[in-house]
Amino acid sequence: MRELTDLCLNKAQKAGCAYADIRIIKRERQEISLKSGNVEAISVSDDLGFGVRVLKNGAWGFASSRIISPQKIEEITSKAVEIAEASARVKDKDVELAPVEPVVAKIQANCQIDPFTVPLEEKLQFLARVDDRLRSVKGVAVSKAFLTFFKEFKVFASTDGSFIEQEKIESGGGMEAIAVGEGDFQIRSFPNSMGGNTAAYGYEFIPRLKLEENAERIAQEAVALLKAKPCPSGEMDIILDSSQLALQIHESCGHPTELDRVLGTEASYAGTSFMTPDLLGKLQYGSKYVNIYADATAPGGLGSFAYDDEGAPAQCVDLVKEGLFVGYLTSRETAHALGIPNSACMRADGWGRMPIIRMTNISLKPGDATLEEIIADTKKGLYLITNRSWSIDDKRLNFQFGTEMAYEIKNGKLGAIVKNATYTGMTPQFWNSCDAVANKDYWTLWGLTNCGKGQPSQVMHVGHGASPARFRKVQVGVMK
Amino acid sequence: MMTKEQVLEILKTVLEASDGEQTEAVLVSENEELTRFANSVIHQNTMQEDASLIVRVIKDKKIGIASSNILSKEEVVKTVKHASKIASLSPRNQEFISLPAGKPLPQIDGFVEKTARTTPEERAEAVRKLVEMAKPHGIKASGAFSTSVLRLGVANTLGVQAFYQTTVASFSTVLLSPTSAGYADRESRNVSDINAEEIAEEAIKRTVDGRNPRQTEVKEMEAILLPYAVSEMFDYLAYMGLGATSFQEGRSFMSEARGKKVVSEKITLYDDGLDIRGFPLPFDFEGQPKKKVYFFEEGIARDVVYDSFTAFKEGKESTGHALPQPNSIGPLPLNLVLKPGNATLEEMIKSTKDGVLITRFWYVRPVHPKLTVITGMTRDGTFKIENGKIVYPLCNMRFTTSILETLAGTELVGKELKLEKGFFGGNLVPALKVKSFRFTGQTTF
Repeated sequence: MRELTDLCLNKAQKAGCAYADIRIIKRERQEISLKSGNVEAISVSDDLGFGVRVLKNGAWGFASSRIISPQKIEEITSKAVEIAEASARVKDKDVELAPVEPVVAKIQANCQIDPFTVPLEEKLQFLARVDDRLRSVKGVAVSKAFLTFFKEFKVFASTDGSFIEQEKIESGGGMEAIAVGEGDFQIRSFPNSMGGNTAAYGYEFIPRLKLEENAERIAQEAVALLKAKPCPSGEMDIILDSSQLALQIHESCGHPTELDRVLGTEASYAGTSFMTPDLLGKLQYGSKYVNIYADATAPGGLGSFAYDDEGAPAQCVDLVKEGLFVGYLTSRETAHALGIPNSACMRADGWGRMPIIRMTNISLKPGDATLEEIIADTKKGLYLITNRSWSIDDKRLNFQFGTEMAYEIKNGKLGAIVKNATYTGMTPQFWNSCDAVANKDYWTLWGLTNCGKGQPSQVMHVGHGASPARFRKVQVGVMK
Repeated sequence: MMTKEQVLEILKTVLEASDGEQTEAVLVSENEELTRFANSVIHQNTMQEDASLIVRVIKDKKIGIASSNILSKEEVVKTVKHASKIASLSPRNQEFISLPAGKPLPQIDGFVEKTARTTPEERAEAVRKLVEMAKPHGIKASGAFSTSVLRLGVANTLGVQAFYQTTVASFSTVLLSPTSAGYADRESRNVSDINAEEIAEEAIKRTVDGRNPRQTEVKEMEAILLPYAVSEMFDYLAYMGLGATSFQEGRSFMSEARGKKVVSEKITLYDDGLDIRGFPLPFDFEGQPKKKVYFFEEGIARDVVYDSFTAFKEGKESTGHALPQPNSIGPLPLNLVLKPGNATLEEMIKSTKDGVLITRFWYVRPVHPKLTVITGMTRDGTFKIENGKIVYPLCNMRFTTSILETLAGTELVGKELKLEKGFFGGNLVPALKVKSFRFTGQTTF
C-alpha cells in the first residue's frame, strides 16, 4: 500500500504541489430489512477507491477513481494537479494550513463481534421475531425491522509524512410500526426514527437496542396515535426526549459551529451561520444549564476516530460552556484563517469526496435532575418523543421540529398522548429557555447516519449524546 | 469512464455466471467533475470516476442483492455468487411475482460530447466571469458548476437489454451582499446552454433588490412561487404520494383521491421520462420503458407510478419508474412536467394584492405526508407584494402548508417552463401564483 501512496505523493511533489494527501478506502455494507412479514431487502455492497487532494499555486484540486493501480494513481494525481491549477485562476490569496504533526499509526476497530461474521440466518431470525411482535398488535398496517452493518478500512498518507491506517465497524438497527386510518397515518419508530440507532461497535450492540422488548409497545402507540387528539397550539413548556434533543443539538449547535459555514464556504448549499467569529466568547448561546461539546474520542460514537482526514488527532473541545459560545469545529485551513487551535473535524464521505468540516460527536452534558423530577416540576406542557420532521433556516436560527408522539403534562403528571406534535423557535432564545437537564442515567449517545452537506453531496455519520431537557415558553402546535 | 461495450460485457458476464431462476444486472457508470466557489474564489474543485454493479438473483421467490464497484471479471463473478448465496439463505417473499420481461425501448440521444469534454479550465473561466460581474456590486459569489457523464445498462434473464448514456451540466449560484442573497441556476444536457453572464445577471438583480430586508406580519397570504420553488414542492409531493408503495400502503393522499378533484383545474401534472426538454431517461432501473403518467389532469387526481413489484401486485404493468435496488421508497417519478399556463411574472405580480414572491425554498421536510403538509423556509430572494407591486424585500419566512391546499388555490400558471434538477432526474415547471400560502414564522435575515 505504501508503494501506491508514495507514488502519488512523489508525483504531486514533482509537479510542484505545496501539499498532497491520498486516501485509499475499502467499504463494506450489509442491510437486512423485513417489512410486514416479508423480506424487503437483503443486500451487501463493496466499494473501493482512492482520492487525491493537492495544493498547488495556492489552490486545491481533488480527483478520485475506483480503479487502484500504479498507472491510475499517476493519472489521477496528474488530474488533481490540473484541477488545482484551474482553481488558482479564481483566487484572492494562497491557501494556508495550520501545522499538524506527522504520524504513523495503525488503528483497529472497537469491536467484540465482527457483524460480518454473524450468520445471515441468525440476523433474519432475530428480525422475524421483532417483526412478528410488531404485527401481533391489531391495527398495525405496516411493520418494519432492520439491521445495518458497515466496515471501513482507510489508508491516509500525506506529504507531511503521515501514514495512517484506520479501521471502523458500525452496527445498527431499528423498527417501525405504521397504523393507517381514513385520511391519516401515524408512525412510531424505535429506538429512534431515520434508521434506528447505530454505533461504532460490533454485533454486541444489537441486543442492547432492545427491539424485541419494545416492539409491542411501539406498535400499540402507533395504533393509539390514530385516535389521539391533535397537538394543542400555543406557548408552553416542553420537555424533549433524548433522541429529539440529539437532533436539536445537531441542527442548532452542530451545524452553526462548523467553521467552514461560518466563513462562507458552504454558502452555495448548506448555508452560513449566525455564530460568527465576533460572537466567539461573547454570545450567550444558552442558559447556564447548557454545556455542549464535540468529542471525537467518545467510545462507540459515529463521529469518533483516531485521526481525521487531514491526519490531525481526534479532539474533545467545548462549543458552549455554561451557555457561552466558546468554540468551533475546524479544519487546518479554517483554524489557520481564524488563528485558533484546530479541533480536527475534517472528514470525507468515502474515497470520491474531498474532506470538509463535519460534526464529530456533539453532545449536551447531563444535568442533575431525574426526568421524573423535571416532569413533576412542570405545570403545563408537552413531553415530545422521537423526531418526525426537522427544518431550520440557512443561518441556523429559525427552526421547526415535529415528533412522532407527545404526552400532555398537567400539574406535574404525564397525561394523554397527542399526535402531529410540532414546536418552533429561534435558536438562542430556545437554548436560553433551557432550565433543566436530566442526569447521566438518562443520557444516550445516538448515531445519525444521514447528515448531508457539501457539493457534490456527502452523507456523514455523526454522534450526539443527550439526556432529556426542559425548555420554557415554546411555541407548539404549528400544523393547522 | 466505461464504454458502452464494457458496460454490456459486464452485464453479460453477470447473467452467464448466475445460477438463479431469474437474474438482473444494473450497471451505473458516472464521471462527475464539479467546480465549487465561495467568497468569490474557487475553494473546492473535484473529479470522481466511479461505476457500480447491482446484481439481483431470484430463486423460488427468494431474493438476494449484491453490489460492488470492483469490476474485474473475477470480482463480478464473486458479486454474482454473493447475491446467489443471499438468495439461497433468504426467506421467500410471497408478494414477489417475477422480474419484468424485456420490452421494446424508445431511443433517445441524451449525450452531448461537448459537455463530456468540458475541462476544469472552462468551468473556472465561467466562474471567473460570474465573480467579476458580481464584484462591482460589493457581492460575494458562491456556487457550483458541474459537468457529468452517466452511462446506465440494465439486463435480465427475461430479455431486458437496455443501455443509455447522458450528460448533465449544472451551474448554480448564491450571491451574498452584507444584507441579502440572490439565487439563480441553469441546467441542461448541453453545456453550451449554460451562460454564466445570464446566471450572474439574474442573481445579481435579486441580491441588489433584496438588500436591507424587513419583517412582515406572519399570516396566510397570496404567493408567487418561482420555478425553483415549484420544482422542489413537486419533488416532495412525489416523494410523499405519487409512487405506488405509499399508495398501496395507504400512506399517500392518492389512496383515497383518485378520480376526485383535489387541486385547481389549472393544474395538470404528469411524468414524462421521454421529454427531450428535460433530463430524459428512456427506461428505469429494471429496464422497463418509461410511460407517461398523469397525476393531476385539470385538477383531478389520476394515478401513481409503478415498478414491476408494485405493478404485479395489482395485476398491472410497470410504468417504468423503478429505482435502484434495494430501496424502501418504491417507484418514484423522476421527470415531472407541470403543464404551463399563459401568465407572465409581471401579470402575476400585478394580480397580487397582499402577498409574497418566493424565489426558492430551503430545508423542506414533510410534516404530515398523507395530508401533504410540508414545512420549510424561503431563501435567496423573498419580496413583499402590495397592490400589484413589489414594495420591499423580506426576511426569510417559514411556511407550514399543505401542498394540495396550496395547489387548490392556484390562480395563475406561468407560460414558461424551466428545467430544474430533481431528486435524480429533472422537472419542467413554470411559476405559480396561488391564492393562499400559509406562513408560520420568520427569521431575522
